[in-house]
Amino acid sequence: MDIGLIGQHIANGLMMGLIYALVAVGFTLFFGVLDVIKFSHGDVLTWGVFSAFSMYLLLSWMGFEHPVLILVIVAIVSMAFIAVLGGVIAKVLIIPLKGAPPLNVLLITLMLGTVLRESIRLFYPDGANPKHFPALLPDWSHSWGNFTLRFDNTVMLISGLLMIVLVQLIIKRTKLGMAIRAVSQDEETARLMGINFNLVVYITFALGSALAAFAGVTYGLYYNELSFNMGLLLGAIGFSAAAVGGFGNIYGAIVGGFLFAMLQTIGAAALPFASAYKDVFAFGVVIVIMAIKPTGLLGEKETERV
Amino acid sequence: MKLSKILCLALVLLMVLAAAPALAKKTVKVAFIGPLTGGVSAIGVGGRNSADLAVRLRNADPKAKYHYELVSLDDECKPNSGVQVATKAAADKKIIAAATHYCSVVALAAVDVYHRFGLPVIVWGAVHPGITYGNKYKEVHRINGTMINQNEVAAKFITGLGYKTWVLLYDTTDYGKGMHEYFAKYLKKNGGKILGSFGVNADQQDFTAELTQAKKLNPDVIWFGGLTPLGVRIRLQMEKLGIKSQFQSCSGIISDAFITGAGNLAEGTIAFREGEPVENLPGGKWFLKEYEKAGYKEAPDAFGPFAFAAMNLILDGIEAAGPKRKAVVKWLDNVKDYKTIVGSVTFDEHGQNISPAITKYVVQDGKWVPWKNSEYASGKRKLKRR
Repeated sequence: MDIGLIGQHIANGLMMGLIYALVAVGFTLFFGVLDVIKFSHGDVLTWGVFSAFSMYLLLSWMGFEHPVLILVIVAIVSMAFIAVLGGVIAKVLIIPLKGAPPLNVLLITLMLGTVLRESIRLFYPDGANPKHFPALLPDWSHSWGNFTLRFDNTVMLISGLLMIVLVQLIIKRTKLGMAIRAVSQDEETARLMGINFNLVVYITFALGSALAAFAGVTYGLYYNELSFNMGLLLGAIGFSAAAVGGFGNIYGAIVGGFLFAMLQTIGAAALPFASAYKDVFAFGVVIVIMAIKPTGLLGEKETERV
Repeated sequence: MKLSKILCLALVLLMVLAAAPALAKKTVKVAFIGPLTGGVSAIGVGGRNSADLAVRLRNADPKAKYHYELVSLDDECKPNSGVQVATKAAADKKIIAAATHYCSVVALAAVDVYHRFGLPVIVWGAVHPGITYGNKYKEVHRINGTMINQNEVAAKFITGLGYKTWVLLYDTTDYGKGMHEYFAKYLKKNGGKILGSFGVNADQQDFTAELTQAKKLNPDVIWFGGLTPLGVRIRLQMEKLGIKSQFQSCSGIISDAFITGAGNLAEGTIAFREGEPVENLPGGKWFLKEYEKAGYKEAPDAFGPFAFAAMNLILDGIEAAGPKRKAVVKWLDNVKDYKTIVGSVTFDEHGQNISPAITKYVVQDGKWVPWKNSEYASGKRKLKRR
């Protein structure tokens, strides 16, 4: 295998890994602050892409022509809208079920995911069919043998990593982050210290959901396609990535995301079996890792949750 | 007072008599089964509307012996759901016959049910040979051709254009595997060289790993055997990786949704489908006019005319043989040179329509255009060459 080909596989894997990591960080945030697994996260991402696409159609209809300006507006509006959606989900479904068995939250969010997904299929115009997401970044590229470096992919990768760093900074360096960490470690003490528990939960869910919207826009730009059921597998992979990295640990989610993408790439490109088995291979390895290290690769340290 | 009572009675009597012919018609139930939800639902809904149109037109015909009621069921393009709805339709004794399935995987799973319950069905879209040739079920018929005919024509045509090497991608359902098997077989027969084959998941989103491998193999053509959603993804991701090969596929992607999803990149895509384009058929323009008149929100899409023809054939069978399942099966057995809007229909001993013409299509300016009418055939536009 030549170096160009290996480089291309690595570049592909990095882009996939970034999207998975962004989804996994959302899962880990929710688990960290409230010990819940929100299974509708992948479908929230789908809503993010569809809201971005709708905003794009609106701007095009209004006559906006500058693609980068459109992209910035589309991304901000989509993230804001999905942040509100995340907050509403927390208020209406998650907080009222606090104290209920975890299985109930899991089931309710699973059902919510179906509702979100099917609502696009049924009510979005021509929602059952795949749609073409516009290329809003310049498509400059340069090839060295089998390796093609694309400008748009590079921008997406850098901005995605900056987004994860930003979330990390919010959690580690701001008062809000301190409140989130306090709630995640000891809810009762946090309440006694005057922290508004419900508000912190809403904000955390809004933050994680906005991150999913960002991942969704990145997905749309990378694949130039959106469909109502795109969140289903992304949700399952994001969840697995968070689990294999260690729930409640942001670094774990990032490691898990990139690891999963790498396993898929190896499964498709380097192993002798048909590439249809690449997901079986990737999930299989995740099962083995979970069996060996049930708390995930980086583990869930009680003192460093979220 | 008495007179007015008599007048009233006479009026009621008159109304009853006037309504009598309509009331005298027995209601007969027929069914349509297809993917009304999910990724290929645009084709399923187009098929359902077309079957509904056949029923509506028949009910409006004063010569029709029966009044028909259409039962529409959703197989979701999933075998388990397909078997459930097939059982539901077959177990309802009031349903006399059905136009069934676009997805081969579903049709393959459901044929046993139709046989067990003795329900005559006409498949309106699924192309796997095993649906008709894999059994000896008298109840199962198919109006469209099989993937054998399709791939034989496809391989001969594409090698005739001077292409030499291929990378094949296919989904690992029975449909994709069947397409791959027959296309590869006929490709080799026509001197085409296969550089690599990749089986992929039917719900896979990322194809960059497979396409990176394909790019290294540098084929003249990348061929895909599967349905629209994957076809869209593969075409878009080919471009992202800078692959310059020609894109070729099968009947599974011939839908308006492929063009909407792939946008400008759909241009120049080649695919093959059974039957003449509906506009070119004697009854095609009439069908499109009636479809528009009926005011359906969704387009008939690529397989609507087949669903219409299948349902029309069923209704003709019930009219001729009576509303009994066994009688309809027997009637369908003897269908020969029957004129429908998708062409002449003759069922062989397996219930397969033996006269399916295959049409070659190319996407030109956002439309599936028959190759012979296209600017690519006339030489005005060029397909991709490495």
